[in-house]
Amino acid sequence: MASIVQKVAPRSLLSRGGPLGGLILLGLILTFLSPNFLTFQNLFNVGFQAAVVALLAFGQTFVIVSGGIDLSVGSVLGLSGIAFGWASVKAGLPLPVALGVGLGIGVLAGLVDGLLITLGRLPPFIATLAMLSAARGMALVISGGVPLNPIPRAVSEFGSGDIFGFVPYAVVLMVLAWLATAGILRTTYPGRCMYAIGGNEEAARLSGINVSAQKLVIYSLSGLFAAVAGILLTAQLASAQPQAGTGFELDSIAAAVIGGASLVGGVGSATGTFIGALILGVLRNGLTLLNVSSFWQEVVIGAVIALAVMTDTLRKRGA
Amino acid sequence: MDRSERRADGFRRRNPLSRTDFLRLGGAGLAATALLGAAGCGGGSAGQGGSSGGGSGGTKTIALSLSTLNNPYFVAMRSGAQQEAKKLGVKLLIADAQNDASQQQKDIQTFITQQVDALLVNPVDSQAIVPSIQQANRAKIPVFALDRGASGGDVTSTIISNNVKGGEIAAKELIKLVGSGDVAELQGVPGTDVARDRGNGFENVIKKQSSVRLVASQPANFDRNQAFNVAQNILQAHPNIKGIYAQNDEMALGAVRALGGKAGKEVKIVGFDGEPDAIKAIKQGKMNATVAQQPIRIAQLGVQYAIKVIGGKKVPKNVRVPVKLVTRQSVGSYHGWGAGAGS
Repeated sequence: MASIVQKVAPRSLLSRGGPLGGLILLGLILTFLSPNFLTFQNLFNVGFQAAVVALLAFGQTFVIVSGGIDLSVGSVLGLSGIAFGWASVKAGLPLPVALGVGLGIGVLAGLVDGLLITLGRLPPFIATLAMLSAARGMALVISGGVPLNPIPRAVSEFGSGDIFGFVPYAVVLMVLAWLATAGILRTTYPGRCMYAIGGNEEAARLSGINVSAQKLVIYSLSGLFAAVAGILLTAQLASAQPQAGTGFELDSIAAAVIGGASLVGGVGSATGTFIGALILGVLRNGLTLLNVSSFWQEVVIGAVIALAVMTDTLRKRGA
Repeated sequence: MDRSERRADGFRRRNPLSRTDFLRLGGAGLAATALLGAAGCGGGSAGQGGSSGGGSGGTKTIALSLSTLNNPYFVAMRSGAQQEAKKLGVKLLIADAQNDASQQQKDIQTFITQQVDALLVNPVDSQAIVPSIQQANRAKIPVFALDRGASGGDVTSTIISNNVKGGEIAAKELIKLVGSGDVAELQGVPGTDVARDRGNGFENVIKKQSSVRLVASQPANFDRNQAFNVAQNILQAHPNIKGIYAQNDEMALGAVRALGGKAGKEVKIVGFDGEPDAIKAIKQGKMNATVAQQPIRIAQLGVQYAIKVIGGKKVPKNVRVPVKLVTRQSVGSYHGWGAGAGS
């Protein structure tokens, strides 16, 4: 654990100078513009609010690094939340089992994505687009279109509670997910395979990597992270909502890309994605504090994504 | 391919802050400028100025968290709140959750951070709003629920229309219009107390008599397009329908479209809300009646009560704002939701 932290922290922060610099600059500007921004309460709010998208973005990072894309993560988030809700509210299963059901459904959805891509030879865009529809539909079918309540006490307290009285559990979960993602990408065999496959899939295959098997792992991981995000969101709202996560897949891609992941594959990092998710969270939080209407917020976020990718393209040509 | 040339783990060996990193910083700076620009025009556009800090000095700040602005009903609520706040000299902050419960939670968290003096909330979902209300309770901010209730948390006052009575009024009118025959019901979002109350009120009256029968009851989620599809399907299954009750006007208007020439004539239609498009349809003979709510009044009461409570006074815990039946006969004298309600 300590060695993972050692490997993750210093070097990545330095080499992610770009996004990190952007985040700090953003923070400084908002501190200047709004007296409420730089308070402990607000900063932890940002963490709380960014956690769900950050979890999705970490799963998305695995996929993007390997050269794919996962459009289904928002719907899988909703489906997993509903599956967990159904298991605990309707089926009355004990909490660990209900959690297992929620996580299992997420992994299963990811696995199906992977199978569509490997066996079905569908492009990832199409396969995950199909899952986006199907998973959302399943969530509506299972829930009957109605939110499922009441969620077990322990879970809703996790959703709104804090450690030490001020660090939200959601933030703790987000940090743990960051470390796990970094660990997987840097130190495990599947992680290195992700970069290899994303860099040059044919070369990866020729050098002995079982690309199909690894892709199943990659998309299942994405599904797993989406499921964790779904259960976290359910905990935050104390209610399993069938429409939860609608549109979140776009934020997860944006976070990964702002953080330096390249959509052609082979490039990306957990820390970069973390910073990207924080940038999105800070932007939304800051704009709301400044009473900018939610419509303008979407315009600003679009501009930020475009700029981030532009500098990414310049970096490729430059460096 | 030589492995040393291509590191599979993707690290790029370069200086921590290379030229491309400066480009990134520049890009971030441009983004920040875009943000400043948006803050400049967006923040001032609603007439609410830049940053805020409620509770300091004399002017109080009230926050209004709306579920959506995609329905003229809530647009009217916003107008009502803005007018009342201006009249009473308080600052009003408004957020639109775009029907996303998670967005509403973020909106309310931000209001709490801004230390507003009171919170008016129109919940997207009565259950999902509870953690946010509890957070406001912990911050000692009084909470008022508008148009929909909350299933938990400490709410100082709940101001909603009398939806049960509205459903009963609609049933009585539909029975009067149809005389005898089959009718169908278009329901709102299943599980919301609004849909439940408007349904119960309606069904209670229908059950007590036998000349008019309820043969179909389907949800269309308060949405016009969904209601169009659902109404068409109901008509296929029950071609001899004589009347339709829609739990809101948006759905009633969808049914009007589905019925074509029959709307308002062979098949009577009764809606709920009293929105301008429905009033127009009633005048044109395509709809027969609607149960008008008073969204402006609900919002005004919310603002008035908030100020009273901030000032230490007490207010009623549950307010049921009366609804009014508007028919073809009375539509001429109906003044709509009030000044400024139009779009």
